[in-house]
This record gives sequence, C-alpha cells and structure tokens, in this order.
Amino acid sequence: MTYQTITAQSLEGVLTITLNRPEAYNALNTLLLSEVADVLDQADQDESIRVAVITGGPKVFAAGADIKEMAALDAVGVMNDARPKHWKRIYQFSKPLIGAVNGYALGGGCELVMHCDIVIAGDNALFGQPEINLGIIPGAGGTQRLIRTVGKPLAMKMVLSGEMIDAKTALQANLIAEVVIPEKTIERAHQLAKTIAKKPPIAVRLAKEALLKAFETDLESGLNIERKSFTLLAATEDRQEGIAAFMEKRKPEFKGR
Amino acid sequence: MSFNTTYKNIEFVIEDGTAILTFNRPDSLNSFNAEMHAEVREALKEVKKNPEVRALVITGNGRGFCAGQDLSDRNVAPGAEAPNLGESIEKNYNPMIRTIRALEMPVICAVNGVAAGAGANIALACDIVFAAKSAKFIQAFCKIGLIPDSGGTWTLPHTVGQARAMALSMLGDRVTAEDAEKMGMIWKAVDDEAVKETAIATAKELATQPTKGLALIKRAIQASATNTLDEQLDLERDLQTIAGRTEDYREGVAAFMEKRQPSFKGQ
Repeated sequence: MTYQTITAQSLEGVLTITLNRPEAYNALNTLLLSEVADVLDQADQDESIRVAVITGGPKVFAAGADIKEMAALDAVGVMNDARPKHWKRIYQFSKPLIGAVNGYALGGGCELVMHCDIVIAGDNALFGQPEINLGIIPGAGGTQRLIRTVGKPLAMKMVLSGEMIDAKTALQANLIAEVVIPEKTIERAHQLAKTIAKKPPIAVRLAKEALLKAFETDLESGLNIERKSFTLLAATEDRQEGIAAFMEKRKPEFKGR
Repeated sequence: MSFNTTYKNIEFVIEDGTAILTFNRPDSLNSFNAEMHAEVREALKEVKKNPEVRALVITGNGRGFCAGQDLSDRNVAPGAEAPNLGESIEKNYNPMIRTIRALEMPVICAVNGVAAGAGANIALACDIVFAAKSAKFIQAFCKIGLIPDSGGTWTLPHTVGQARAMALSMLGDRVTAEDAEKMGMIWKAVDDEAVKETAIATAKELATQPTKGLALIKRAIQASATNTLDEQLDLERDLQTIAGRTEDYREGVAAFMEKRQPSFKGQ
C-alpha cells in the first residue's frame, strides 16, 4: 500500500512509520492521521510485525494539527470530524508503539507523543499544547492524558499558557522515557524496538494492555486485570519456552504461541 | 570573497571559507547599541546558514575590542522607570552567546584591545581566543552595581576557577592578555600588530579541516562542563559514532594510508 503523507518500512519485526509532510512541519492533517491509523491497523494484523516506531525524521516530529483544515469546520463539522476515530485506532494498536522525537512536538504532535508507549527524544525536542492561543483546547486527549502523565501543575501550565517544555523537563516530568543526542534518536528507538521485538509477543501485548489499564481503573480492578493476564499467559508455549530456556541457561526461542 | 556593505556598526566579510565579523563603532569602543545588536544577529544568521562558511572570526576596529553595553542607551534619570536589563539580555546578549556556542564550526576571537563588561564575556564565549598584548579584560559590571552577564558567571569559574572568578568579578580588576593566558582564560596573548592576522590565519586553516569533527569536539567539550565522567563517556561514544560516519573521516584515513595530504570538505 502506498501512502501520501507517511512512509512505512518494516525490517526485522519493526515497522517504522515516518511522518512525511516536511513542507508543513508534519502537521497532522486528517489524511496523515488516517494513514497512520491505517498502517497501524494493518500492522496489528500482521504477525511478522512486533513493534512500531513512529518518527517525524531528524528535524521535527509534528507541529500540531492542520490549522487551515480546522478553520474550514463549523460546530457541526467538528462534531462529525473523523479525526477522533483515527486517534482511537492509533490508541488501540495492541503492540508497542515507540516514538522517536526530534524538534517540535506541538498540539496534536504532543498528543501523538502521548499515544506512544515509549518515547525517545533528542535533546532538541520541544513539547507543547499551544491550542489555547487559537481559542481552542487540546482535542486528542491532550487534557486527559497530559494530566495523568505529567501531573496537574505542569499540565495546567502547558495547556493554559501554551508554553513549551524542553526535552529535559519532559524527561523529569515522565512525558518521555529517555533523552539522547538528536542524531541518535531514531537509532535508539530502533534499538529498543528490536529488543522488544525479540520478547514473547503475547506477554508484551498483555503487559501493554495491563499497564494502560492503570490509567482507567482503581487499584483493585487493575490488579484483577493483571492477575487474569498473568493466568492467561500460563497457557502459552512461550512461557514454557521462556522458563525452560532460563533453567537450561540458553536463549529462548519465542513463537508467539 | 563577499562583502556586505549594508552594515553600519559592524563589518562582515566572507573569504576562504571564513567569515570575519568586525565590531565597528570605534568611537564608542565598539559598545553595543540596539542597531549593532540587530546587525550582529543578522551576520550570525548568515554564518549559520551559509554552507561555505566553515570558521568564524570575531574582532573589533580601533583601540577597543568591545566595551559591552553602550550606557548612553540607558535612561537612569531620577524618577525615570528603571530599565529592564533582563529583557535586553534575553533579547540581545543571551541569544548571541547561545548562537556563538552552538555554531557548528570553530569561532576564533581576536581581542584587539580592551574587552570590558559584556565585551569581555563575548570574547570568552568564543572557542579559541587570541588577545593583543596591550588588550585588557575587565569584568566592569561590579563598578556600576551589576553582575557579569553574557555568560561571564559561568565561563569564568570554568576557565579560571572560582577563586579568581569571584575576585575578578567583585574587584573589576584589569587583566592583561598575558595574565589571561597564564590563568587559562584565553588561548594566547600575541603582539598587537599580529593579533588579527593570527586569528584570521588560524580560522582559515581550520576552515580547511574536518568541520563536522571540529563541531563535535566543541559539543563534547562544552557538555563536559555539566556532565559526569560516565555521561561524558557515553557522549563520546555517541559523537564518535557520528564522526565515524562523516566523509571527512573517510578522507582522513584514506589520505593517511595513501601518504598524501587530505582534502576535507567539511562533510
């Protein structure tokens, strides 16, 4: 399948999605968003793909939504907007999604960061929710996920003032997992993706699911979900193989069964 | 060689891969006013985006290098509102220092005469500093109730140590070029008549060298100021990985093996 606003490549179990609207700083127009959702939907069905990496390339991750597109919508248009559905499809990707962020990750770009499971950022990365400057608010989970991720003080500051934070602050605030030199961002994301791609995929999937549930449940319900997934994994071949390989001091060979 | 004639407060030339930015308000010891700031900003932008430029020289015309802020630009009349110096620093001096430090090429300074206040600290923000033997470095801020800016309170303790940084900043003593060299504040003190040509010759020589590699050296040494040894070892690993992928590294090794002079492109 060919895409107009992204490129997608898979190698050794890792799908790399590169946002490709350089003329617009990779602004997330509806086409781009739908293409990201499409490629992830396909990857979800493709057993050979274990992990996805999403990046904007070496200079910029994504500088917000497409303002022209947004300006054309009235209230009814916004109500019928397809974008929330695409965002939901991205969120529902069941395999690990790793973000590799250099430069601006603003508005929808910052929200895309929060849709990733692990984010590696170059020390030149800048994160922000500048929607307030346009008389709107974040529209892809930016208020809900940001406050759950970085906490109230920083979330309020970012969303109400529109001020950006740098990579170091984002790391301290747990918005991202690691900061590296910008030349190494994509490489490091790939390295991590390859490591995870070698892990037993069912366990990886259930771990991701259980971790994300923590945002939505009380502790008791979360622990129940964890226990059920833990029990379910006892029925997998990969668990037997993992434990056997550990006892026999050899490398495990996981099959995704 | 290209020469931009639209500047009034600086001279700006590009020759042999080297940009030469000369402060040119000799009657005011090249002190900064708003217009000069705008021109320096413009010239530095050109240096940054012109791929031909692989080294930068900063120097001054007349008997001074730079006397920092032009105080006649500051209204301190009784009853007048206090000037917001922080705003001026945020808009003018800090971006200039950040740009000089971030330029991915060697920045050579020729301190041709007195370097006072921000003028001293602009010089010290450069990568290699030559100073005329008659030049003086003066952290003059303390004499008018201010603190060293343009990075002075960071650069000085890192170059000359806290004891000297503190005394120089509080006493505002004049430091001769030779003393500055001895205490590690600058690279070399040279004869007055040779300072500009030495700096320019050094820059032009560096402009023929592996620019990417030099820029990575600059980045690593700057980062060492705030890194632990462990962090720095990791950074060296990462930057060396990048350096090892440059065309100039290939050329350097090939020329060495073939026993010929390398021809570096800066890529």
